[in-house]
Amino acid sequence: MMHGSDQSIWGSDERQGAVKDTEGYVTADGRQIGGVLMELRNITLRFGGVVAIKDISFDIREGEIRAIIGPNGAGKSSMLNIISGFYTPSEGELWYKGAKRPPMRPYEIARMGVARTFQNIALFEGMTVLDNVMTGRLTHMHAGIASQALWWGKARNEEIANREVVEKVIDFLEIQSIRKTPVGRLPYGLKKRVELARALAAEPSMLLLDEPMAGMNVEEKEDMSRFILDVNDEFGTTIVLIEHDMGVVMDLSDRVVVMDYGKKIGDGPPDEVRRNQDVIDAYLGVSH
Amino acid sequence: MLYRTAGQFKTSYQADQALFPVRQDAVLLAVILAFAWVIFPLTASEFTFQTLLIPILIYSLAALGLNLLTGYAGQLSLGTAAFMGVGAYACYKMVTLMPWLNPIVAILFSGVFSAGVGVAFGIPSLRIKGFYLAIATLAAQFFLVWLFEKWGWLYNYNASGAIQVPNLEIFGVYVAGPQASSIVQYFVVLGVVTLLTVVCINLTRGNLGRTWKATRDMDIAAELIGINLMRSKLTAFAVSSYVVGVAGALFVFMWRGAAEPNLFDIPLSFRILFIAIIGGLGSVLGNYLGAILIVGLPVLLNTLPEALGIPISSATVEHLNIMIVGSLIVFFLIIEPHGLARLWALIREKLIIWPFPH
Repeated sequence: MMHGSDQSIWGSDERQGAVKDTEGYVTADGRQIGGVLMELRNITLRFGGVVAIKDISFDIREGEIRAIIGPNGAGKSSMLNIISGFYTPSEGELWYKGAKRPPMRPYEIARMGVARTFQNIALFEGMTVLDNVMTGRLTHMHAGIASQALWWGKARNEEIANREVVEKVIDFLEIQSIRKTPVGRLPYGLKKRVELARALAAEPSMLLLDEPMAGMNVEEKEDMSRFILDVNDEFGTTIVLIEHDMGVVMDLSDRVVVMDYGKKIGDGPPDEVRRNQDVIDAYLGVSH
Repeated sequence: MLYRTAGQFKTSYQADQALFPVRQDAVLLAVILAFAWVIFPLTASEFTFQTLLIPILIYSLAALGLNLLTGYAGQLSLGTAAFMGVGAYACYKMVTLMPWLNPIVAILFSGVFSAGVGVAFGIPSLRIKGFYLAIATLAAQFFLVWLFEKWGWLYNYNASGAIQVPNLEIFGVYVAGPQASSIVQYFVVLGVVTLLTVVCINLTRGNLGRTWKATRDMDIAAELIGINLMRSKLTAFAVSSYVVGVAGALFVFMWRGAAEPNLFDIPLSFRILFIAIIGGLGSVLGNYLGAILIVGLPVLLNTLPEALGIPISSATVEHLNIMIVGSLIVFFLIIEPHGLARLWALIREKLIIWPFPH
């Protein structure tokens, strides 16, 4: 197992930065979870007068599958957008790998090892599957424009080395047969898988999945669940997950944050959260 | 049958990423290059050089430059002609200020100036997209043409306000100016166009090309996977304007021989945009097909009726040309938005599996 280790996922180059503290916990199925990878402290997000997220704090530990759940409009996607840098919180601090993260552009955060997928598929429709997954390697390619123009030296070596990495991801997600197909021609379920491939190719420290099972049938959900567990199990990638299918969330995740109307109403292992009265009220309604 | 790819196995990623993974494509290109470098120069007449070969190559290069920006990086531009003008005027100033300079070096270096100007006018692309960006690049079009007219230093204060290409030689052979022969100019143009085409193919199939295409297809996702959008857009403007600028220098120095500011006005921008659209946005090959069509069609309309003995006035030919080009653009926008290049890709796909249906 590579939990908490500094080893690279696909064996190409070093993952950036390691977590310092070693405290952690052991999951129900006996996996060792490492120290804190990201900590959100008193995060508030306002859009004008609307408060989307109100004073939320929680942490994400190295190697765990952390779910964020809540009814529609609870602020889950806003939370994910804060983590990936698409929104800057109005108040509060975000600590990543033991250091306070200053406000940054999303591409800088991606280069720090945060990859994500989107609720509405955001693939590059005009490109093939292979090229889409190759874009996931952008942060690992540094050849200059002259080398690229001549297709010689560094650019060419990088192209081949990264292609090998991408092929491993393609094998892992079992999409070999469509690698040269333009993404626009693929069915929905496969597009979701290609999007996961693109995120995985970046060898992220932290993978954010925004409703990875939305709109899927049972079989596709089972496939996707298996891939998520495999990614976490084989490479120790920390996963933050938003999902509406409660069965999937409770089965997959190690710890769950529950949000409602922008506030945190529960946080803990699935079994504990399931018994939390506030959570039950939020989902089932409460008589006034 | 001719295009069967069965039996051509790839055993390395390098082989799979080769420029022509299919052997027949390489053979086809070799044939085309043999025509361009050997057979045309041996057989073509002065008329063919001046009305077909040289302009087709120059227009292809200009369209290729525009295609990098619009077809690959998704940034609409209507200022192509103005950037060509920057290249042409830069080249003119260089060869008149430094007469010892090798003219080919001057042509290749003139693109650097248009790249700089292109980046400056590309800055609005960081905030605006689509039609609004097109309008912003129109500002470049109007401003630069105005500048070519008003800034006397650019045309060395000629009384005519135009630039006149002087006689320029390399190793005793005239390559530009009134004394240069068409065949020499053709080889210079072909050399530059071949070189820049190879560069553009490499850029578009590599990391930079993927960055541009990602920016084009979905800019928000592109930024969230680690693409610096500002850099991506501005490199697209820089490389595109460089190629367009070199095309502009060739346009004046290797073909027209002289230029007035209004040569670089909007009609030329539109002409190059039409070539890129008819040829196929997001394709390198398409620019050549588009240029052959747009440059070749009027020549064909001029010569064909005469050869067939049909009396037709030159004014009618002019009108016919405009009508046919116009309807072709409408046709392509509706039927095949990806242009001639896509048509060729479809034919090629069919040929690979022929005689089987799938």
